[in-house]
Amino acid sequence: MILEAEKIRKHFGHHEVLHDVSFSLEKGHALAVIGSSGSGKTTLLRCLNFLERPDGGVIRVNGEILFNAADPATRREKTIREKRLHFGLVFQSFNLFPQYTALRNITLPVELHAKNRKDSRIDKKTIIQQGMELLDQMGLSGKAELYPHQLSGGQQQRVAIARALALQPDILCFDEPTSALDPELTGEVLRVIRGLAEKNTTMLIVTHEMAFARDVADQVIFLDGGYVVERGSAEDVINNPKEERTKQFLARFSQE
Amino acid sequence: MDASVIYKSLAETFWINCRLFLLTLLFALPLGLLISFGSMSRIKPVAWFTKTVVWIIRGTPLMLQIIIIFYGPTLLGLFESSPWAFDDGRFYAATLAFIINYACYFSEIFRGGIQGVPAGQTEAGQVLGMTKSQIFFKVTLLQVTKRILPPMGNEIITLIKDTSLARVIANKEIIMMAQEYAPKGLIWPLFSTGLFFLAFVGILTVLFMWLEKKMNYFRV
Repeated sequence: MILEAEKIRKHFGHHEVLHDVSFSLEKGHALAVIGSSGSGKTTLLRCLNFLERPDGGVIRVNGEILFNAADPATRREKTIREKRLHFGLVFQSFNLFPQYTALRNITLPVELHAKNRKDSRIDKKTIIQQGMELLDQMGLSGKAELYPHQLSGGQQQRVAIARALALQPDILCFDEPTSALDPELTGEVLRVIRGLAEKNTTMLIVTHEMAFARDVADQVIFLDGGYVVERGSAEDVINNPKEERTKQFLARFSQE
Repeated sequence: MDASVIYKSLAETFWINCRLFLLTLLFALPLGLLISFGSMSRIKPVAWFTKTVVWIIRGTPLMLQIIIIFYGPTLLGLFESSPWAFDDGRFYAATLAFIINYACYFSEIFRGGIQGVPAGQTEAGQVLGMTKSQIFFKVTLLQVTKRILPPMGNEIITLIKDTSLARVIANKEIIMMAQEYAPKGLIWPLFSTGLFFLAFVGILTVLFMWLEKKMNYFRV
């Protein structure tokens, strides 16, 4: 197992958003997290990326404990920055840096990362070359020198995916990657993610696109009110849900 | 009296206004940034204290603040003779008052600019493994600069005109200089001081237009 999350708990004030959420993910697999708004999907992703600190639970990557709520040593800010790099996160609203070109958005974090690790050989040429290859892979080879505002939403999101990939995370997380896009632009982003799945990229995808989740994900978990209500293979959960709550949720999608 | 002589004397005194302007900018900009961090601090007493100071400074006239800084130390009995009793002491007393006053105004502009940058920018920096200072200098700062340029331009234009307030502690500056000609029956020098300010603000306006244009390559 590349990722194991055990009993992740998180509350905001008195509101408990995640109740002992546990799941695991195998290397090269994709896990889709589905559920209605407010079910805790995004909070779960944010906990894994340490944008939120879980109140309870353990996060393990490749067997190494990255976070244990009971052990203060794993909660230190300094160690967390390194640990974050096991995960990549693609945001719903892209969050590209507006003052940098598409290419620079990808290469800057890599350069800074090399600097932080006091890598004596920061080879800018190689970093740029890798950035160009990633853009090419995203079908954006002609867009390297354009700024985010000159790109469509779908193009921006593909740059954001390239930016996350450039740091070679163990697990790539997507937080509703197509929710901020016009319907006609979702296809190009979903296609890129499908391509990544075919190359056995380990991924955790929070999504509302059920057909896409079924096609791309190996496993699906359905979150409701902060509880894992149902889990299983993508086929089983989406085509033959067992729990009443899952059926209700999915029924709304098939009506559309 | 020859007009060119009068203009020359006005120009020379205007240099005092300019010096006050430049020194204020030099110190009030970084101090303002520091104060803005204070007012955004998560440590409640720090934020509370900073906000109170900003309220007091913005809530009272700059003219009064200049008077307090110049006369206050002796009036309160903190010093036997004025701490400003040295060459150009009046100028530096005024400068100190200007720095404190403008730093408070700048701090609010900085705060607005910093809080206006979407949280997602910082979060993107975090998940990409950047340190806090890298996020500030490589991600946030330029976006903040672009956002605050228009209000900063406004404030800086006000600053050059405010420098005339230094006269309240008999620190010579261009309007005070021009008024000295009035008893000699010369009123026009007083009105012509406006030309100096107009020219100065003209240059500032062009400078800010240029800066805004330079940052047009991206959108925030």
